[in-house]
Amino acid sequence: MLIKCIYNELLKIAYKPRSYIGIAGIIIINAIILFAMKVDGSFYISLVTGQFEQTLAFEGGILNGNLVAFISIQMLIIHVPLLIAFVTGDLISGESAMGTIRLLLTKPVSRSTILWSKFFASAIYTLAVILCLAFMSLTLGKILFGAGDLIVLKFDGLVVFQEQDINWRFLCGFSLAFLSLITVATLALTLSCYSENSIGPIVATMGIILVFTIIGSMDVPVFDRIRPFLFTTHMAAWRYFFDTPLQTKAILHSIFILTSHCVVLLGIAFYKFNRNDILS
Amino acid sequence: MNHAKKIVEVKHLVKYYGKFCAVSDVSFDVYENDVFGFLGPNGAGKSTTLRMLLSLIKPTHGTIALFEKSLSDHRSAILSKVGCIVEKPDFYKYLSAQKNLEVFARISGIGISKTKIAELLEFVGLQGRANDKVSGFSHGMKQRLGIAQTLLHDPDLIILDEPTTGLDPQGIIDVRNLILQLKHEKRKTVILSSHILSEIERIANRMIIINKGKTVVQGNVADLVSSSALIVTFNLTPVDKALEVLQHSNFSACKTLVNNASLTLQTHADAIAQINAMFCSNDIQVSGIEVKRQLEDYFLQQVQSYAN
Repeated sequence: MLIKCIYNELLKIAYKPRSYIGIAGIIIINAIILFAMKVDGSFYISLVTGQFEQTLAFEGGILNGNLVAFISIQMLIIHVPLLIAFVTGDLISGESAMGTIRLLLTKPVSRSTILWSKFFASAIYTLAVILCLAFMSLTLGKILFGAGDLIVLKFDGLVVFQEQDINWRFLCGFSLAFLSLITVATLALTLSCYSENSIGPIVATMGIILVFTIIGSMDVPVFDRIRPFLFTTHMAAWRYFFDTPLQTKAILHSIFILTSHCVVLLGIAFYKFNRNDILS
Repeated sequence: MNHAKKIVEVKHLVKYYGKFCAVSDVSFDVYENDVFGFLGPNGAGKSTTLRMLLSLIKPTHGTIALFEKSLSDHRSAILSKVGCIVEKPDFYKYLSAQKNLEVFARISGIGISKTKIAELLEFVGLQGRANDKVSGFSHGMKQRLGIAQTLLHDPDLIILDEPTTGLDPQGIIDVRNLILQLKHEKRKTVILSSHILSEIERIANRMIIINKGKTVVQGNVADLVSSSALIVTFNLTPVDKALEVLQHSNFSACKTLVNNASLTLQTHADAIAQINAMFCSNDIQVSGIEVKRQLEDYFLQQVQSYAN
């Protein structure tokens, strides 16, 4: 029954026009980045490498598909949570707003199964968005700019990854980015259980991300204790895979924090959804 | 004594929202192939009670058994035998009628063919509209689609919460006929709430009236209606003399309303002939007698007497 319910949820997402806003957004922004890099990429790169020209000599194509993909992901990963929340924040509250929640919950399937199906459907949608991002940045990037070594700018210098050492890093990076976006999707889904209109959970999700990000970026001792436990602190954890040596401990810590958030938020969602009286 | 199988058994149902009591000690039974009318003014607790029957709302106290099983213990098994429309028939507007029915069939745990969907849409008069998006449907069409949706999994019990609300007169007649078809042709048990009380009188065989969350009265519609007084209007001349005769007769206690050329009074069936004979013997010309026996009068009477 869970599979049938997931199929239903995916069908609803597929037929809703708003579901394509996120994917369209990624395609358009990525296309703009690719265009800009194609036209003025050398100038952009010179801004980064200029400070090292006195001490380092760069040979070969620094501006390649891997670097363009890295830049694209860095830019887009900030906006993707909004696009995810736009769809997942509507999954339950949208049913309440439309009135279909009444029919849905009078069917011979448990409320928990319905909530699980919505969670898995939101995970699949998030995966689709991530795959779209990966295709647009990595595959199109390589087609347009070719492959090559990846040079990553760190605050204390440059790190160069050889071409054969990059693909697994992107794969793991995208996987961790997926986990962080699943956390956002779970937050939006949980808030969706508390609302009877679509806008509330979407705005609340973005509000929480904004507040947590501000707390996380303020270098004030009073926030030092809570900062490591905020999920927003770990949203950029995918970049740990582009460190050398690899920060395994930091990666595992981020995975633990993000997974814990998902578990706690899902617990709250199940508690609320199973106890809700449907009055709409 | 009713020997039919008991489909619904509700005992001492209570629902509180904080300190507000929406339903207080409501009990009733519904038997197989009944069309059970659920009556009450706005805010009486009808929708809350029906939602508790469908597990949309959890009761504070009381028990609900459907098909001789406890709803709280056998929710899924019970709901697989129930079809419903709760208040408005809301659907996914961005999906077609067919896709909507497929979604609800899938979640009901049944596979459904396009032929079966076409048959259902034809049954409710929506043939040829299967591929149209619901966003373009009128309220009446959504109501018909709602009834098609209730029949998807061939349920034994159908619960319709005010199914004629917002429909035009033709739509009301169509829905009424559909409900009667469900009872007579498909042998379904139907629970029906409605604000149009005469509708209940025409469709239901048993009913309950609730007010302020409490049961006012319940039983067979025919018995309840026949025990109520009739509203009898005599078209006659002269009216003044008729009123005077009436006031000096055994019927002086009857509630009377005087009009230009008519005299309306509340009485029982066996009194009509006597009153008519009395008028005739006093040279009062009676040109017509109208008798009304409507559930609405009975309903209002019961609710008002309960309120007092």
